[in-house]
Amino acid sequence: MKVIVNGQAREVPEGTSVAELVASVAPAVSGVAAALNDEVVRRSDWDATTLREADRLEVLTAVQGG
Amino acid sequence: MREQTAHTTPAGAAAAGRAPESGAAPEADSLVIAGEEFGSRLIMGTGGAPSMHVLREALTASGTELTTVAMRRVDPQARGSVLDVLRECGVRVLPNTAGCFTAGEAVLTAKLAREALHTNWVKLEVIADERTLLPDPIELVDAAEQLVDDGFVVLPYTNDDPVLARRLEQVGCAAVMPLGSPIGSGLGIRNPHNIELIVEQANVPVVLDAGLGTASDAALAMELGCDAVLLATAVTRAQHPAAMAAAMRHAVQAGRLARLAGRIPKRRYAQASSPWEGLSTGT
Repeated sequence: MKVIVNGQAREVPEGTSVAELVASVAPAVSGVAAALNDEVVRRSDWDATTLREADRLEVLTAVQGG
Repeated sequence: MREQTAHTTPAGAAAAGRAPESGAAPEADSLVIAGEEFGSRLIMGTGGAPSMHVLREALTASGTELTTVAMRRVDPQARGSVLDVLRECGVRVLPNTAGCFTAGEAVLTAKLAREALHTNWVKLEVIADERTLLPDPIELVDAAEQLVDDGFVVLPYTNDDPVLARRLEQVGCAAVMPLGSPIGSGLGIRNPHNIELIVEQANVPVVLDAGLGTASDAALAMELGCDAVLLATAVTRAQHPAAMAAAMRHAVQAGRLARLAGRIPKRRYAQASSPWEGLSTGT
């Protein structure tokens, strides 16, 4: 199935979890948060939350700014 | 309603709960936001520093205890995190919502920051356009209200508009942070009168945020009665960031002391400081 991770289209297997996708883009999970279709997914729910076709996942961290 | 402090003695100001006892050490004059105490009245941003090394030196020289970061998509190639620098410097992190144009975007960004950084504090920025980076007041108040309702400690970056500042305080913001001039412009405080009006009416800390260019701008902000200053570009893009950070640290302290000391009124004509009596040329 096709999903969007940080703005980029990706082909992933059915049942792929938020945890797996975060691990694929973030070198470390400390200081990282994820939103699935504009809703925050708590870290404790990353393993249990799976994506569906066309879902949008955003994985953010702190950078220099402000 | 905040009393006029321009002619108040430090002891009088202390009675109002905002200043140290007369003669107390300056370090006792701490900034309190939402019940949290900070020894430094200089809040720093991290944007614009050419390297993490320069940033670390600047933060150390500034003496800051609270520093902003932005939230962005993770970069798998990124080396070193700004969070590591803040941790090493012992500085508390204040996530912002820079780059958000709507209340919805800002609220989501604040929630992501809370999840990522384990803080319910947020510097709320909702900008109207990229050219001016001025706050969109309608979206700003909307976002502030939603975030306060959700338990956030909201520190909004706002226009130098006393009415808007009052509205932000009314919806429960823990401070108001009016701009001196547009972000990164270095134009200083373009409307000192409005900043004074905001200070006079505020019952929460007023933080002068954005537009400062050099040390005298920071001192002026404090002399006008602001409780703190937030700046980034003036330091991070200075020719010598650590040196400018030290200058800002001293300017904030000097401006604060001058405010508490109570400046003399401005006069149209001279007033001799030496006595006229006893002049040898007198009759």
